[in-house]
Amino acid sequence: MADTMQFDLVSPERSLASLKATAVLIPGAEGDMTAMPMHAPTITTLRPGLLKVESPEGNSEYVVTGGFAEIGVEGLSVLAEKAIPTGELTREQLDTLIEEARSAHQAAVDNEQHDLVSDAAKLLADMEALGTHIGL
Amino acid sequence: MPSLKDLKNRIQSVKNTRKITKAMQMVAAAKLRRAQEAAEEARPYAKRFNAVMAGLAGSVGGSDTAPKLISGTGSDQVHLLIVLTAERGLCGGFNSNISKLARQKANALKAEGKTVKMLTVGKKGRDALKRDFEDLFVGHVDLAGIKSVGYANAQDIAKDVLSRFDAGEFDVATIFYSGFVNVVTQVPTELQIIPASYEASDDADGLAAEYDYEPSEEAILADLLPRGVATQIFSALLENGASEQGARMSAMDNATRNAGEMIDKLTIEYNRSRQAVITSELIEIISGAEAL
Repeated sequence: MADTMQFDLVSPERSLASLKATAVLIPGAEGDMTAMPMHAPTITTLRPGLLKVESPEGNSEYVVTGGFAEIGVEGLSVLAEKAIPTGELTREQLDTLIEEARSAHQAAVDNEQHDLVSDAAKLLADMEALGTHIGL
Repeated sequence: MPSLKDLKNRIQSVKNTRKITKAMQMVAAAKLRRAQEAAEEARPYAKRFNAVMAGLAGSVGGSDTAPKLISGTGSDQVHLLIVLTAERGLCGGFNSNISKLARQKANALKAEGKTVKMLTVGKKGRDALKRDFEDLFVGHVDLAGIKSVGYANAQDIAKDVLSRFDAGEFDVATIFYSGFVNVVTQVPTELQIIPASYEASDDADGLAAEYDYEPSEEAILADLLPRGVATQIFSALLENGASEQGARMSAMDNATRNAGEMIDKLTIEYNRSRQAVITSELIEIISGAEAL
């Protein structure tokens, strides 16, 4: 049995990581999940959160803001809207992200797009929780 | 017959022009490399994205509940043409080729009795299309202050386009940009982004597997389609960036060469008239001496 799988983390602008991983924790839209080799093929959207990668060479963590993950037969690809290594994220950057989420929420409330309000509120809450989570 | 001084000034001025075009060519070469790298780095994302979308669209796209972004609004009466051009000129036929393609398309659509709307990105395209289609313009995106286009720029454009789509302002959206083949070849391209058509690429065999979807397939598709619009705009912007620099580089290379030829020609003319002046002076002296 294969004990590692190919893991790719790509953002629209560039490829951030491509390595052999043993386990990857994905912040899925409906809850966290950990993908390990031989995981059933799954496609899930992401919520803002932490992506933890365990590989034989060491562990790494990224903050992702959205996008989706595709667990396939040959490995796992995460297509993140924005991905930043946890160590490099500053409070200011996070504040900008929270601010963006807040204005999106406000816009949804103002336009009375009720279906969007709850989505935007969830996004905002996720963003805020993220800050507490990584202790900034 | 220009005087010697005129010729000298002329040569100097062409030399100065050559210096400028040479410098511009080198700057464009450096920028081209960066633009090409950016386009290269964005490719994996677009490729994976399209593969997943092709799989999703294949399974959900055909149903009645498919999102409008993929199935269309059921009509193709109102077309939105998004014309991506550069902010600067002096890049050969780059801007005019894109504008020409857009103009042809607009005229063809009008002839069919469709309504055409235009959204321009980049100053040069707006200037070129202003004379014929100013009344069709619905918006303009200015990229003048931006050094290198990022995904955020593409997202802004996509957001604008999508809000117009949601408001029912148009049925079909097409983007016009210049595809980058190599430094000397750029092909003006049109690509329909709404309704989107995702075609399975040859290496999509990974998607043959049955996937679990979380949340549902429909929800994922609805979430991803707007991102798809942004991704397509982003790759078009990047291709355009590389094309612009490539076009500028070859245009400036030509200009430099032409200036060199012109300098050679002017120098020959200068030397000839200098010789003519000397000869005529000599004749004057000799005939003066003979007359004594």
